[in-house]
Amino acid sequence: MTIEVRNLVKKFGSFAALDGVDLKVDNGELLALLGPSGSGKTTLLRIIAGLDWPDSGEVSFNGEDALARGARERHVGFVFQHYALFRHMTVFENVAFGLRVQPRAVRKDEAAIRARVKELLDLVQLDWLADRYPSQLSGGQRQRIALARALAIEPRILLLDEPFGALDAKVRKELRKWLRSLHHEINVTSIFVTHDQEEALEVANRVVVMDKGRIEQIGSPDDVYDNPATAFVHGFIGESIVLPVEVTGGAVRLGERQLNLTAGATASGASRLFVRRHDMLVGPPGSGAFDGAVQHVRNFGPVQRAEVSLFGGETIEIDAPRDKELRQGDRIGLVPRRYRIFAG
Amino acid sequence: MTMQIADSVSLSTPDAKARLHAVAARENLRTEPKAVRIAIISVAVLFLTVFVVLPLVVVFARAFSKGIMAYLAALSEPEALAAIRLTLLVAAISVGLNLVFGLVAAWAIAKFEFRGKTFLITLIDLPFSVSPVISGLVFVLLFGAQGYFGGWLRDHNIQILFAVPGIALATTFVTFPFVARALIPLMQEQGTQEEEAAISLGASGLQTFFRVTLPNIKWGVLYGVLLCNARAMGEFGAVSVVSGHIRGETNTMPLLVEILYNEYQFVAAFAIASLLAMLALITLIAKTILERQLDEGHDARDH
Repeated sequence: MTIEVRNLVKKFGSFAALDGVDLKVDNGELLALLGPSGSGKTTLLRIIAGLDWPDSGEVSFNGEDALARGARERHVGFVFQHYALFRHMTVFENVAFGLRVQPRAVRKDEAAIRARVKELLDLVQLDWLADRYPSQLSGGQRQRIALARALAIEPRILLLDEPFGALDAKVRKELRKWLRSLHHEINVTSIFVTHDQEEALEVANRVVVMDKGRIEQIGSPDDVYDNPATAFVHGFIGESIVLPVEVTGGAVRLGERQLNLTAGATASGASRLFVRRHDMLVGPPGSGAFDGAVQHVRNFGPVQRAEVSLFGGETIEIDAPRDKELRQGDRIGLVPRRYRIFAG
Repeated sequence: MTMQIADSVSLSTPDAKARLHAVAARENLRTEPKAVRIAIISVAVLFLTVFVVLPLVVVFARAFSKGIMAYLAALSEPEALAAIRLTLLVAAISVGLNLVFGLVAAWAIAKFEFRGKTFLITLIDLPFSVSPVISGLVFVLLFGAQGYFGGWLRDHNIQILFAVPGIALATTFVTFPFVARALIPLMQEQGTQEEEAAISLGASGLQTFFRVTLPNIKWGVLYGVLLCNARAMGEFGAVSVVSGHIRGETNTMPLLVEILYNEYQFVAAFAIASLLAMLALITLIAKTILERQLDEGHDARDH
């Protein structure tokens, strides 16, 4: 099933949750909608599911207008952040719900329903919990049951709204891997919403980065990390050093100092220089674009994180390999191995 | 045997000792002298005895003062039977109406955002803040012979005041906050996600209501219905204004109690009153059970 979204707009009062969103999702993809809270990612997901309606724009599944149908007829599996399991039903009945509410003409008989639920509980590896109630399960178990319940109706599309957001870090990591392999197995077109970049980069085939109701960039995980299209994406994904610079005809200045960098096609004027922490290479003073003094050093596993005050006045944090120990008070030169300059 | 050993071991660990100390410290924190504690508790118990238990005992004592036969005879008077029938009928009507109204109002308030929501919530509480007599008078002003709709009603030969419809209307008005009030916080807390999940799984509106919403709020519904019913059967002020006190026709149980009492028929008056008192006791017990059920539902949601 392919999904196409065209020029979607949704306002809540004067706040534009979606401000002209276009998106194409290919069949069998596992797509991540990544953005800070309030970026519109959940609203987009809910509109695709039919749980919310846009003010204008189009949504189509396989070229068919999806907005002409309610959530009930869209055959979309939806997994909620807080699970939304039916608390008065056993795990078994939760998973069976979608099968039991089907119109009588197409409803499976009891034996077939039982077989299907068993199959789904096996798929999420929780068949031994069939008779429990949701309140007796852990968060990770509840989310897997919610997923089994959504899959029971053989959805054409699977939508997951911050599926691991309410879980602790360790369970979250396990479930990420598990979701990825599950998707590989069932191969249904899936979109999941997250504000956790690591989650998006690790699980998804493609990542859609959103901010303020707009799509900032669509690309593979490598793409959005290595070639961020906008200042927002650079700042949001991975940790970046940001310095305010002045561009004049391709030359770059930080305060009074001319930097040994080229601005490429960036227009003249006030701009921002973005460098990943680990892309700042350390050399002797005077050898690079920046000179500074090491203020403070901490070790983080394979890297040492140094706080460096530049001679222009700014203080930045860099990650350097530990083969050459930095010490407080060292005077060093810094060369950005890769960098981006964005106007504004 | 093993258990005993384990116990003695655990008692001698520093951890267990610390716990014992903590308990002792907490006891000491209650600084009031024993006498003060006893005095405070006695005041509370005495107050309850004088104002609640004693009247209840008096009601039953007076009802049975001429023996059980007189009691049963008083209750099987045609007038008494008519009052019981009318009270049950009116309670059934107003509880039914308020159940529907309460569900709809709670649903609207808990699950949708709309303009004037706060105003609606305030309005629902209105019957609690208005004297029941005023509530009754409103209906007289509306439907009485001199009222706004009085002429039209007379022309069409419809009797509202001094008849069952008027009594049912007044009772419904006075009791309408109960179901809504019980459900609004419950439904607000539960949110809409389970309903959304049901719909995305293909359930229709009715299926969602009966399979998901209703089971989640059933204890709240019962709780609201219980309180609504108790108040509907016991309502005096509003009903007194609109009933007309026609004997055997428009007297509910509380009205009949007053009439019989004023006519010095004490056994009959207290016999009817004892039925209302029993209703109150049953309501109290049922309420305690329902509150426990509601709390359990609450706990289950927390972890």
